[in-house]
Amino acid sequence: MSRFKHLISIEDLTKDDILYILQKAEELEFYAKGTKGDKINLLEGKILANLFFEPSTRTRMSFESAMKRLGGDVINMTAQEASSIVKGETLADTIRVVSEYADAIVIRHPLEGSARFAAELSSVPVINAGDGAGQHPTQTLLDLYTIKKESRLEGATIALMGDLKYSRTVHSLIKALTLFNTRIYLISPDALKLPEDFLEDVKGDISEATLDEVISEIDVLYVTRIQKERFPDEEEYRKVAGSYIINSEILSKAKKDLIVMHPLPRVNEISSDVDLTRHAIYFKQAFYGVPVRMAILCEVMGVALGEVKVG
Amino acid sequence: MQLTISKIKDGTVIDHINSGMALMVLRILGISSGTKEPVSMAMNVPSKKMGKKDIVKVEGKFINEDELNRIALIAPGATINLIENYEIRKKFRVVLPGFVEGIIKCPNSNCISNAEREPIRSKFHVSKEGEAIVARCHYCGRKLRSVEDFIA
Repeated sequence: MSRFKHLISIEDLTKDDILYILQKAEELEFYAKGTKGDKINLLEGKILANLFFEPSTRTRMSFESAMKRLGGDVINMTAQEASSIVKGETLADTIRVVSEYADAIVIRHPLEGSARFAAELSSVPVINAGDGAGQHPTQTLLDLYTIKKESRLEGATIALMGDLKYSRTVHSLIKALTLFNTRIYLISPDALKLPEDFLEDVKGDISEATLDEVISEIDVLYVTRIQKERFPDEEEYRKVAGSYIINSEILSKAKKDLIVMHPLPRVNEISSDVDLTRHAIYFKQAFYGVPVRMAILCEVMGVALGEVKVG
Repeated sequence: MQLTISKIKDGTVIDHINSGMALMVLRILGISSGTKEPVSMAMNVPSKKMGKKDIVKVEGKFINEDELNRIALIAPGATINLIENYEIRKKFRVVLPGFVEGIIKCPNSNCISNAEREPIRSKFHVSKEGEAIVARCHYCGRKLRSVEDFIA
């Protein structure tokens, strides 16, 4: 019996659901690496449909990898194919048709709420891989998994830095982190602060800070990209973005076991000299997307890990 | 002061509507030019309790209770009298529904509920924050405070 049929928003999950998925991901991590000879065929014979109405190569490939590591198959609709569909067919019709072709659907769509709407129409489970500025719950789960694996989740001190206004990754992550008694510091330029009405809705130990003030205290530094299009002119962007760059010099003041995370792709907000430090976790974080998505795929398709066939 | 609308024999009387909200009450109840029943409406009627209030009377029709409760979105103090043969058969105060469909239009232009051609109705979760009524879009999560500004 699945705990949830669809995964639309991180807010649909309880703390217990989240911990359960993280636990399952840990059990699957070994298989996510695809070490020679170690296969797990939990989803053999199942088909996953990737419906990407806007491009996100990374997320799509991560789902594809997760499904294939579980012995399943993937059918894809690319953003290019989607654009021709969008002109003629409603999302409702696309979902009704594709849910007849596959055992689960992963959807990325530019409109907020589209994944929840898709779940209402689909005869098979729907996983939200990003709906406009809305939700991206699998990213949040892989972020939580990374924090749990590489640092600690319960009671951690976490700084979120960069674009806190528009980043859906940050919004979902903050909501989830408040379930784990974390202390959260917000570091952003004035123009990209966390929206007031978002803050009204979350309860927790959340305060604004500068990186200098908290660098020696934090366990996790989560960096997001500051996008050029958020600023009225290029000069303003350069000035602001330039003061939100992480390099190894800044990190010399950090705790030894501080981890630096980033949802990727990065531009220049983390300089490449950080890659070589023990703090750099972002590539591992990207890998963790695979076991976490494996756990989610198993859950929505109702396959328990107890049925593992190792071959 | 003389009452400006007369008693009805059978039907639904919606009293204690916040003044100025009567037209919106009609809209929420789907009462329009196509409605067959006689409908009367009084606005800015003096009221001891409210200062001024609006009243709506729909003759010859007992409006369904769930439908009436939607009025609480914009007039939480509204009272309903179901009249039968000039007598009050039932009297109750509207109760704020927890969930409404198709009444509120989501102001987020990027919300799927506003997509043209999709077979979708708006859905909102309704709750109270102190005295204020707040509605949250089921699809995009947008939170609304002055619900009366977003009645479809």
